Amino acid sequence: MAEVTLTGVSKSFKSTKAVKDMDLTVPDGAFVVLLGPTGAGKTTTLRLIAGLEKPDAGGIEIGGESVTGLTPAQRDVAMVFQQYSLYPHMSVYDNLAFPLRSPILRTPEAEIDRKVKEVAEVLHIPHKLGNKSTELSGGEMQRVSIGRALVRDPSIYLMDEPLSSLDAKLRADLRVELKRIHAELSATLLYVTHDQIEAMTMASHVGVLNEGELVQFGAPREIYENPKTAYVAARLGQPRINLLPAGLLGETAPSGAHHVGLRPENIGYGDGRDAAVVRVEHLGDQTRLHLKVADHDVVTLTDPHTSLTPGETVQIKPLSPIFFDADGARIN
Amino acid sequence: MAEIVIKNVRKEFGDFVAVKESSFTIEDGEFFMLLGPSGCGKTTTLRMIAGLELPSAGEIYLDGEEISQKPPSERDIAFVFQMFALYPHMNVRKNMSYPLISQGMPRAQVKAKVAEVAAILGIEDILNRPVGGLSGGDRQRVALGRAIVREPKAFMMDEPLGALDAEFREHMAEELRALHDRMGATTVYVTHDQLEAMQMGDKIVVMNNAVVEQFGTPQEVYDKPATMFVADFIGSPSMNFLNFQAKLASGMQSIDLNGQTVTVPQLREGAEGALAFGVRPEHVRLTTDGGQRAKVMATEYLGTTQIVTLETPNGDLKARIPSDQPAKAGEQVGLDFIGETVTLFDTNSGRALRSELNEEVLSNG
Repeated sequence: MAEVTLTGVSKSFKSTKAVKDMDLTVPDGAFVVLLGPTGAGKTTTLRLIAGLEKPDAGGIEIGGESVTGLTPAQRDVAMVFQQYSLYPHMSVYDNLAFPLRSPILRTPEAEIDRKVKEVAEVLHIPHKLGNKSTELSGGEMQRVSIGRALVRDPSIYLMDEPLSSLDAKLRADLRVELKRIHAELSATLLYVTHDQIEAMTMASHVGVLNEGELVQFGAPREIYENPKTAYVAARLGQPRINLLPAGLLGETAPSGAHHVGLRPENIGYGDGRDAAVVRVEHLGDQTRLHLKVADHDVVTLTDPHTSLTPGETVQIKPLSPIFFDADGARIN
Repeated sequence: MAEIVIKNVRKEFGDFVAVKESSFTIEDGEFFMLLGPSGCGKTTTLRMIAGLELPSAGEIYLDGEEISQKPPSERDIAFVFQMFALYPHMNVRKNMSYPLISQGMPRAQVKAKVAEVAAILGIEDILNRPVGGLSGGDRQRVALGRAIVREPKAFMMDEPLGALDAEFREHMAEELRALHDRMGATTVYVTHDQLEAMQMGDKIVVMNNAVVEQFGTPQEVYDKPATMFVADFIGSPSMNFLNFQAKLASGMQSIDLNGQTVTVPQLREGAEGALAFGVRPEHVRLTTDGGQRAKVMATEYLGTTQIVTLETPNGDLKARIPSDQPAKAGEQVGLDFIGETVTLFDTNSGRALRSELNEEVLSNG
């Protein structure tokens, strides 16, 4: 395992700047998640580290050595893709052993056997080793494809939305499992996703990307509680943070403040500004109130069994507002 | 405007039963969700209401009139599909005018109607654009517009947002619901996404294996699930089931779980054998002393709350607790449950035991 560093890396495809002057350090042993919407440059960043793309500018180091000019095979990285691609004619065992049987690695068969069994244990699939890969469920297939990366002992594991093709239940299980695997192997992992829940729950560090730029990098809690820009604030948290004109709810805004950011849980009831209830959304564990304050939509949380109905008026006040300037940068 | 009553409807395709005797009522102006996993019979049910399939048995009433054997054209129902099919060679206005012109409506009236619907959907500015260059959202709006101009009695929607990416989907879901609130037209909506169903629906029918498992408001279905399937399908993370063996009598207000007394809503029926203690993650509390013992397996940070996975002698369990409350993997903790929210199940039948909590809901069928 090793630290991975990107310094001033840029990459364009024709006129599109996919990655802009990126500085990023993946600390040794960290679980870094790059979060952003489609087109933010997440996958390109991953492919640049893997060597599947060549940067236009900047350098990439793995374990302190420059790999910018090296081929993917020379870089000692293992990649897991969104679509699991297993060899359908092989057993689970042979699928897992395949990367180790590569002529470059020359792994002795006894060592292969030990490694495959160890990984099968970590993934909870030792009883499936004899199965054909086509006789597995979707979740098992994805575990085998993650396993094919784990049998190797690379400097870094690179994962490109490996859970996005699975259904919600399975995704929740594998989230917990990936985190456990990371802890057990003390591996360095760079994981790319557009799913904020994956980023919040698994990462030791989250990097938020916007249009090819790394906007903020830090622990999930840091990013959630202390966003540097309005964009970052809106990427984490469900329901999304309310971004309203500064002072709308009567809070004192610092000079230059353009917008106030209020997470739904940071809106208090009982006094303050009048708000009309537009819709009451019962989601079971929480109830969302959709409010209108002087033509602005505000979403807040309330007691699951509230008796409020549309048309009523409630009073709301901000609890811990954060402020942003006209460009969306945080004002402290 | 329409009330739709489904009465003992059944559908067979050869030997395969797609929908078993199902009954429920969709009230006038409701946004009604048909929810279930793929293959549960929800789309077949929708297609029977629209007239695209004829039921093998049973009746369907639209505003009191039995329509189950009528062709779709005589039902006055508009259908919006997952893949919105627009006429590619026509502009937006022509796409929306088409259903009216084919009905023989005078031009001036068509123009006024299209303008009115375009205003509702906020697409006045693209009326003269070709549909080819439109974004996914605008295409969806035009497809809706084409259904709305006819002023049908009801709208049928089969996963209309299924093809959209997550972020945009959330936005369109809100827009659809707001549109419904403005128009108040009866809408039947098929989805496999429980959050979408909870978020948009006035009422939900949960289907599984061709059977209606439960029918009610989102909060009812969430708080008082009628079966283990419903309890598991709705909610994220879903309801926890702790397995235990016992003989319970009607009137009991507590049960014995590993030698500890745990309160439950007063039982209205007895049960014996393999049972499950069903508790939602937000109704589990972590304590330092007493209660049930458990080991913390994992924690997942979610902002203000966190999900803690715990190992107990009765099976794994997930708790949703404030994220500032400490919980570390490997730690031993005690568990408390909010007793009045608990549902007990018979594990063999999967059915909820009747109690003070749910008797009203369960007696509705």
